Amino acid sequence: MHRSSSDAAHAELKGVVRVYPAADGGKVHALGPVDLRLVPGEFYSIVGPSGCGKSTLLDVLAGLSAPTEGEVFFEGQPVAGKVPPGIGVVFQEDASFPWLTVEDNIAFGLRRAGVDGAEVDRRVSWAVGFMGLEDFRRAYPAQLSGGMRQRVCIARTLVTQPRLILLDEPFGALDAQTRLLMGDELLRLWRETGATVMLITHALDEAAMLSDRIGVMSARPGRLIADICTGWPRERDSRIAADEAFGAITSRLWGLLREESLKATGMAGAAR
Amino acid sequence: MKRATWIRTLVIVGFVLLLEALCRWGAIGRMTMIPPSAMAEHLWKLLQEGRYNGDIVQTLRNVLAAFVLAVVGGFVLGSLLHAWPRARRAVDPFLATYYAIPFFAFYPLLVVIFGLNAAPVILIGFLFGVVAMILNTLNGLDRIPPVLVKTARIAGLGPLRTALLVKLPSAAPQLFTGIKLAIAYSFIGVIAAEFIMSTSGLGYSIAYAFNNFDNRTMYALMLFIIVLVTVVNAFFHVWERRIMARRGL
Repeated sequence: MHRSSSDAAHAELKGVVRVYPAADGGKVHALGPVDLRLVPGEFYSIVGPSGCGKSTLLDVLAGLSAPTEGEVFFEGQPVAGKVPPGIGVVFQEDASFPWLTVEDNIAFGLRRAGVDGAEVDRRVSWAVGFMGLEDFRRAYPAQLSGGMRQRVCIARTLVTQPRLILLDEPFGALDAQTRLLMGDELLRLWRETGATVMLITHALDEAAMLSDRIGVMSARPGRLIADICTGWPRERDSRIAADEAFGAITSRLWGLLREESLKATGMAGAAR
Repeated sequence: MKRATWIRTLVIVGFVLLLEALCRWGAIGRMTMIPPSAMAEHLWKLLQEGRYNGDIVQTLRNVLAAFVLAVVGGFVLGSLLHAWPRARRAVDPFLATYYAIPFFAFYPLLVVIFGLNAAPVILIGFLFGVVAMILNTLNGLDRIPPVLVKTARIAGLGPLRTALLVKLPSAAPQLFTGIKLAIAYSFIGVIAAEFIMSTSGLGYSIAYAFNNFDNRTMYALMLFIIVLVTVVNAFFHVWERRIMARRGL
């Protein structure tokens, strides 16, 4: 498989802990300690009960927030509260800019980075074609469906040619069929760009279908309690859902998560 | 034209014609109101003679000054309060109850402080408009989706470029509401202040005509104000529609 014990970690979390100040003056221990190594080119997913700190982990890895304890590395360099070039992030919420057309949305990051006009056009045209947005280049986000807007956000990430793509429940707001199709597109994108992908999701089937490797997180404070390799071939799509192994992986994930999910809801009950 | 537009136009035209008829037939006495056509005719004459041009220019200048001060001041104060939540919590009750204060009662005080010139008039217009702008600036900044700010950070934007390229356009619809209210309040504040205690300007001229039983001038100037305010608001309305259309709304 893609796992290796060599030093070639693409991104790495070492003993990362994140504690938030709470509204009542106390502290919320949201995450960790977490150790995680992402191998170049792998498709890694994290599943966990709601509120377990999955998004916090992504924020820390992307450099959007600094860890309270521990260290974060991307391509061997420490990530210090600043998003390093080479990392792209796609969020669950609609992150398209409503005042820009689809193509201006996609070109946003490139123009800010001072990439020259011809190169911006070339990359935007490629991303528009790749995500099937040709007919909507001059449309505004308000004129698109939720799935289309998410494609715009993915295209905007793609044009920056990230080597590590982080996705925070990117299909969470979409209907089930659209999610399956977007999952296929994500696999295609991963294969064709050769990027390392880390996907955060609450959908076990999504994780089982897409990933090379799945990390299971505990209830808050989130820790990685299991590491499951799926053994899928690199050429794959949503049809592997019919494979026997798919059911086995999904039920194994649920076996691990059921208790943590109960803990998460139980904690919510006790906190009242 | 849409059906609603037709009906709206019909209602206004019908109302003006009804007024015209009631005035002409004597159902409304000449000392109460003159027919709309006579208002328009007299206004045309006044504008041609240029008797009130100085007052009109002065009022417009005061409104413009109050409006610009209210928009700029409101935006700056609103942004500062947004960046400083503790101060915002402290002044929140004042902002919420602000429009319950009858400013005009303080007009004599303002005259004592600033003298009988344009300053108290502009200040009242400004005080009227500034809080609407503050509240709408806060509202607009509150509504910026955090994910857009995160997106700006991923694109490597610093605080200044994030403010200009992401926060400002994101808050634009609410800022626009603030600007529209500020222009309306500036007109109200300035003309009302002129009405009460000034010695010149449109508001003063209307009050003067009223006190001297000069109905024709009074109604002509009122008509002028209505037309002026309608034109200004229509301009902002079209501008807003154009901005919203650019967002596909």
